[in-house]
Amino acid sequence: MITRFNLQRFNGDFRLTKITKTELFTFNLANKRIKMRKEAVLQDVVIKFAGDSGDGMQLTGQQFTNNTALLGIDLATFPDFPAEIRAPQGTLPGVSGFQIRFSSDRVFTPGDLCDVLVAMNAAALKSNLKSLKPGGKIIANTDGFDSKNLRLANYPDGINPLEDNSLGSYELIKIDVTKLTRESLKDFPELGVKERDRAKNMFVLGFIYWMYNRSLENTINFLKEKFGKKDMILQSNIKVLQAGYNYGDTTETFTTRYKVEKAKLPAGQYRSIMGNQALAMGLIAASEKSGLPLFLGTYPITPASDILHDLSKYKNFGIRTFQAEDEIAGITSAIGAAYGGSLGVTTTSGPGMALKGEAMGLAVMLEIPLVIVNIQRGGPSTGLPTKTEQSDLLQAYYGRNGECPMPVIASSTPSDCFGVAYEAARIAVQHMTPVILLSDGYIANGAEPWKFPKADDLQPIEVKFKKELAEGEERYQPYARDEKLARPWAVPGTAGLEHRIGGLEKQNITGNVSYDAENHELMVKLRQEKVDRIADYIPEQKIDTGAEKGKVLVLGWGSTFGAIKSAVLELTAQGYEVGHAHLRYLRPFPKNLGAILKNFDQVIVPEINNGQLVKIIRDEFLVDAKPYNKIQGVPITKSELIEFIKTFL
Amino acid sequence: MSVAEAPINEAIKALTAKDFATDQEVRWCPGCGDYSILAQVQKVMPTIGVPRENIVIISGIGCSSRFPYYMNTYGMHSIHGRATAIASGLKASRPELSVWVVTGDGDSLSIGGNHTIHLLRRNFDINILLFNNQIYGLTKGQYSPTSEVKKVTKSSPLGSIDHPFNPSALAMGADGSFVGRTMDRDPKHLQMMLTRAHQHRGASFLEIYQNCNIFNDGAFEIFTEKATKPEEVLFLEQGKPLIFGAQQNKGIKLDGFRPVVVELGNGVSADDLWVHDEKDFYKAQILTRMFDDPRADNHLPRPFGVFFESDRLCYEDAMKMQIEEAVAAKGKGNLDKLLRGNEIWEIL
Repeated sequence: MITRFNLQRFNGDFRLTKITKTELFTFNLANKRIKMRKEAVLQDVVIKFAGDSGDGMQLTGQQFTNNTALLGIDLATFPDFPAEIRAPQGTLPGVSGFQIRFSSDRVFTPGDLCDVLVAMNAAALKSNLKSLKPGGKIIANTDGFDSKNLRLANYPDGINPLEDNSLGSYELIKIDVTKLTRESLKDFPELGVKERDRAKNMFVLGFIYWMYNRSLENTINFLKEKFGKKDMILQSNIKVLQAGYNYGDTTETFTTRYKVEKAKLPAGQYRSIMGNQALAMGLIAASEKSGLPLFLGTYPITPASDILHDLSKYKNFGIRTFQAEDEIAGITSAIGAAYGGSLGVTTTSGPGMALKGEAMGLAVMLEIPLVIVNIQRGGPSTGLPTKTEQSDLLQAYYGRNGECPMPVIASSTPSDCFGVAYEAARIAVQHMTPVILLSDGYIANGAEPWKFPKADDLQPIEVKFKKELAEGEERYQPYARDEKLARPWAVPGTAGLEHRIGGLEKQNITGNVSYDAENHELMVKLRQEKVDRIADYIPEQKIDTGAEKGKVLVLGWGSTFGAIKSAVLELTAQGYEVGHAHLRYLRPFPKNLGAILKNFDQVIVPEINNGQLVKIIRDEFLVDAKPYNKIQGVPITKSELIEFIKTFL
Repeated sequence: MSVAEAPINEAIKALTAKDFATDQEVRWCPGCGDYSILAQVQKVMPTIGVPRENIVIISGIGCSSRFPYYMNTYGMHSIHGRATAIASGLKASRPELSVWVVTGDGDSLSIGGNHTIHLLRRNFDINILLFNNQIYGLTKGQYSPTSEVKKVTKSSPLGSIDHPFNPSALAMGADGSFVGRTMDRDPKHLQMMLTRAHQHRGASFLEIYQNCNIFNDGAFEIFTEKATKPEEVLFLEQGKPLIFGAQQNKGIKLDGFRPVVVELGNGVSADDLWVHDEKDFYKAQILTRMFDDPRADNHLPRPFGVFFESDRLCYEDAMKMQIEEAVAAKGKGNLDKLLRGNEIWEIL
């Protein structure tokens, strides 16, 4: 899938473009003019698209991501946007950013610093300049640096960073995007100024496509799908996209284009995937491979809502999505559906988890399968809705009344959400327990290439419903247990197995209400043992990267995966004895985790919280694990982590 | 009810009230109104033509919510206020089941008020039996959201200052498609209303006045006792004029939008009275607002029966239809196609 250009892409300006590895020849047949340009091959590039939250930077970033992915280039993204849909225009809190790193080498993080910063206005420049590499490129929309925008971005009176040489250590590319966009839409008199200006992001995208030697094809297809019925909007967007591209092409000042080669990923078919998207697919796959109809009971909440959006699109899989009146109804409706034999799922974020706590306790008491998805965000309370954090682990572990153990598993990358969702469903239905799945905003909205599986390659999820009394069985015993300590799942509609369950303490085996003192202790222990025994049915923990034993083990969970892996790869390359283990199973832990911890002199636990896994590890294994914490609503960077780990080497 | 439409087999017909009892000891206080309600439900269940295994009773928390343990059907005694939401999820995913919610005034109007109104507006085909005793019994006697103002309870020693809900008016406000009222002390009426609630396709909201003889004894005495009942209770019957009174000599007439009591005779006949029509959405609102304090002078009698019934698409049916339409439009979901998506690339 090498970049291709064909004639139609440049209609109105008939042109044939051909790319070779090192050179680009542009034949402009209409003008009989031949230009020659340099093309530089780069290994690794980080671009940050930053603008006002109404500037369409997320869409621009996503389009560039898909375009990059389709070329087989490895990538990771980090969308970073304000909680307000439209914070006051032009202000610092209103800045929306989308960072993408793409490379011909393997990529595990969206990058600590960027090579290119697209700044649609002064506020975008101001809030992102610190993350630009020295010598990096700034592509600035000059119209976004008028006196009003400068004032809103808190620049002192009369100071314009584009004009005062303060950006001298960077390569500054000034483009009046607004003016050029408006001009390119001269032939669309029907469009108002607002509508024209809304296409600004397409100009930037077109320019970046030119700069990185890309085809416009996937974005034109996207626009067709999005605006298919609104022809004028479609045509104007395409026009502006091409104008951006042509601007790079025809303006003599830009003499170099860049290219990043395909990454050496394992052979196979790939697609680009975002975390919440993968999570939704994992749930659908689990439904298909278990034969259980999927029921999602949920209430919209950032950053989990996209799972609802996605699942509600796939009704032809027999999926029932129920947008409940609140978080509590979200989980309890899912409990009702699970009681009826569905794969019950509820999705939320931290504040919603708090509301669901009592119902989770009910699910534990009922011993009913349920998948509870928490896409974590900054807390407590409403906290930082659009910023990432890993601060709900202790809540997942302990955040309910009574002795209320539940399995907890976590996804570590966007594509990993697929397997983790599938696994959460498997554990829930095979062990008859609610399961908490932890993801976070960074994974949920981040994208990466995914070597997607074939349906046939997915291990089927075997589910046994109790259909009738066994021979010699006089009456149905809802709390009799199998070797996993799972109780039978008998659903309404099954004649002869009518029974009652509830939130009051159960008598062992019969499930009748029991206030018996010894029975209660027994049931508490049984519920705990049932969760502990899941360790017999999950894979052992592996060292992901680096040393199997030695000086330092970096133990992580969730979205710190990329940063830890990159840091450990680099330290290993420098000859240090460092290993990286990343936990998918947080409760129970894999059986060999204790042994792995003992293989290292020091255990470091980096987390985007105030130290949560580290507490559990210290508690469970009595090791003097050291926390590395960052609580700024953004991912941990590779370089800061390397610096910290080095203090133990 | 979809299940009711299935042919009734002999085995179901042969069931009796006893077949719906369980081996669990019934643990309500002696003399509690719940006993009568349980007895009537057990009597009605064998008559509705639904196999026992297709009946599910879901409750929340409170005295009434013990109910499922005493019914030999599928059942869940869940958490406070959430029975309606649990039932919604069950009914959405298993439309063929006959789902009943047993709840109290605290459970469904206080802690679970939100789920109650949303179940009603969505119109799941679920029967809500609201045991209203106007008190918190299980927590030993605090005022409830249906307790009258000035009520002295453990938590309101100087009298409650809370204005009470009018449950049937609330149900009408939430667009309930079946709204009715009955009482524990009138077994025949209760049985009839249970049957009607079952027969209605859509959300049925049946308020049952239930005496708590420990913490709120006699709260509904005026409506239930022989001496006062005929003068205080107005039984609603479809197509019949609104007549009440020990001598059946009083009726209700509309004066503009205001219901007034008139004496029959002296030129006033039944033809002059308001004739009940359960399908009349506007008049149903007036009926549910006949909610005078029976201690007040010149108060109106309290209506019992079906205030309102209407046909409205049930949520679970709409949900099923959407799925069928999606399958018809796109074909049954193909997992490989889904995983592959629209744009892929290949690494060799």
